[in-house]
Amino acid sequence: MLTDITIGQYIPGKSIVHRMDPRIKILITLIKITILFLIDTFWGFGLFLLLVVGILLAAKLPIKRVLRGLKPVFFLVILTLVLHLFLTRGGEVLWQWGFLRIEEAGVFTGFFMVARILLLIMFTSILTLTTSPLELTDGIEYLLKPLARFGLPAGELAMMMTIALRFIPTLLEEAEKIMKAQQARGADFESGNIIQRAKALIPLLVPLFISAFRRADELALAMESRCYRGGSNRTRLHELQLKKSDLILFFLAVIIAVFISFF
Amino acid sequence: MLIELKDIRHVYNLDDPVVALENINLEITQGEFIGLIGHTGSGKSTLVQLLNGLLQPTAGQVFFQGQDINADRASLQDIRKKIGLVFQYPEHQLFEETVAEDVAFGPKNVGLSREEREKRVKEALQLVGLDYEEFKDRSPFNLSGGQQRRVAIAGVLALKPEVLILDEPSAGLDPEGRQKLLDLLVYLHQELNLTIILISHRMEEVARLASRVVVMDQGKIALEGTPAEVFNRGEDLKKMDLDLPVLTQILTDLKARGLPVRTDIFSLEKARDEILAGLKKIEKSRESKTC
Ligand SMILES: Nc1ncnc2c1ncn2[C@@H]1O[C@H](COP(=O)(O)OP(=O)(O)O)[C@@H](O)[C@H]1O
Ligand SMILES: [Mg+2]
Repeated sequence: MLTDITIGQYIPGKSIVHRMDPRIKILITLIKITILFLIDTFWGFGLFLLLVVGILLAAKLPIKRVLRGLKPVFFLVILTLVLHLFLTRGGEVLWQWGFLRIEEAGVFTGFFMVARILLLIMFTSILTLTTSPLELTDGIEYLLKPLARFGLPAGELAMMMTIALRFIPTLLEEAEKIMKAQQARGADFESGNIIQRAKALIPLLVPLFISAFRRADELALAMESRCYRGGSNRTRLHELQLKKSDLILFFLAVIIAVFISFF
Repeated sequence: MLIELKDIRHVYNLDDPVVALENINLEITQGEFIGLIGHTGSGKSTLVQLLNGLLQPTAGQVFFQGQDINADRASLQDIRKKIGLVFQYPEHQLFEETVAEDVAFGPKNVGLSREEREKRVKEALQLVGLDYEEFKDRSPFNLSGGQQRRVAIAGVLALKPEVLILDEPSAGLDPEGRQKLLDLLVYLHQELNLTIILISHRMEEVARLASRVVVMDQGKIALEGTPAEVFNRGEDLKKMDLDLPVLTQILTDLKARGLPVRTDIFSLEKARDEILAGLKKIEKSRESKTC
C-alpha cells in the first residue's frame, strides 16, 4: 500500500547505473525531466519509455517494484485524465452527451500529461533507487556549490534534502502502522464521499505529524551529540571523482535527449 | 472454537518476498489466556494482525466463531468490534483534543449513541485506572507516557471486545506501570471473561499469566503448551534466542546442583516455599545418614 512508494528508497547493487557518479546521475535526471516536458508526440513518449526501460534493465532493478511505485498516484492520474478529457477544448468533437463533450485536443493532452507524470516518477525513482542517500547528498552539495558564493548554504540544504528523502519511507511505514491501529478501532478510510474521506484522515495525520516532529527532535539531538555543525569546514572521507565512463555516459545522455526532443 | 487459523502463510512484498508466516495452524478457545513469545522478527505481530483482518493471509484461512473473516470483507467492522487489538506503542495513535474524545473514537466509528459512548468512555477509563472527571477534558498529549498508554488501551476497551490482543503492551513502562497493566489483564480475563492474547518479551509475565504459551520461531509455531511444559524446554528455547523466566532459571540451576525442587513454579512465594522445602529434605536426609 503506502509503503509501495519507491521514491526515497535505495536498493544497493553493483550495476553500471549504481556505479555512476551521483553528480552525473542528478544532472542527467534533470535534463531528462526537462525533455519530458518538451515532448509532445507519441513517438517522443515511446522513445522516452524505451529509454526508461533500458535504464531499468541496465540497473538490474526489479521492474515490478518500480511499477508498483506508480500505484499510489493512480488517483492523480485518473483525475488528470478525466479533467483533460472533458475540459480541454480544440479539434474534432469525438463524443458528446448533453453538456459533456470530449474533443480531440483533450484526448491528446490528457494522454500526454498522464505519460509525463508516470515517466517522471519512474525516472526519479531510478535515481533514488540506485543512489545511496550519502552519495545523493554529496552530489547535490557539489552541484549547489557554485551558488554558495551568493550565500546559499549548500551543505545544509543538501543535508536537509537527504534527511527528507531518507525519512519518506520511514514516515510511510509509520503512516501504515497508524492507519492499521485506527482501523483496529473501527476507523474506515476506504468508503464515503470525498469530505468524509478527508475527515477520516485526521486520525491518521495528527499522530503522523506528532511522530515526525518527535523524530526530527531525536535526530537533531543525535546529530548534535555526534558534533555535527554543518558549515564550510566539513571535510569528507571519500571525495567524489569523475571517471571517464561518467563523462561518456553524460554525453550519451545529452545526445539521446536532443534526439528525443526532435520527435 | 472461537478463533481458528488454518494452514496460514503470509508473505510481504510479493516481488521481493519476505516470508513472515508459514504453516500456521492454531486454535483458540473462549476464555483462554495465550502468551505469544518469540524472537524479534519471528512473525508475532504479523500473526495477530491476521486475526482481525488488518492483513489478509497469502494462503490459508482465518475463522472467527466458525466464519471465514476474509470471505466477506464487509463484516470486518463487526469482527474488529469483537477482537480488540492494542498495537505496540499504542500511545502513538492518540489524536483527539481530549482524552474522552479519543477514547470515544472507536465507539463513534461503530455508530453508538452519544449516551452510550459516554458510558463506555467512563467504564473504559475506570478499567485502566484513570479518574473520568479528572482526565476527560485533558489533552492526551500532556499526559505522562504511562498515562498515554492507558488512555490508548482504554480506547480499545471502549469497544467492549470479546477478545483482547496486546502487542508488547508493557514495553517501555516502569515497573509500577507494568504491574498495573498486568493486574488489569488478570481482571479482564478473570472477571470479565475476555479471551486474551499477549505478546511479550518478558517470560515472567507470560509464565505467570498465560494458560497456554505459543512460541514462534522464524515464522512457524515452534512450541506450544502450558507454561510448565514450554519452560521445561530450556534448551530448545535457548536455541531460539529466548530466555527462561528468572525463577525457572534459578530453580533449574538449583536442581542441577542437587536440590530436590520442582521447576514448574512461576510465583515468587511458591518458589520460596519450594526451595525451603527442598533444603529441609536435604537436611533430613543428612541427619538420617549421620544417625
Ligand atoms: N510491513 C512489512 N513489510 C515487509 N516486511 C515486513 C513488514 N512487517 C514485518 N515484516 C517482516 O516480517 C517478518 C515478521 O515480522 P513481525 O511479524 O513484525 O515479527 P515480530 O512481531 O515477531 O517481531 C520480519 O522478517 C519482518 O521484517
Ligand atoms: Mg512485533
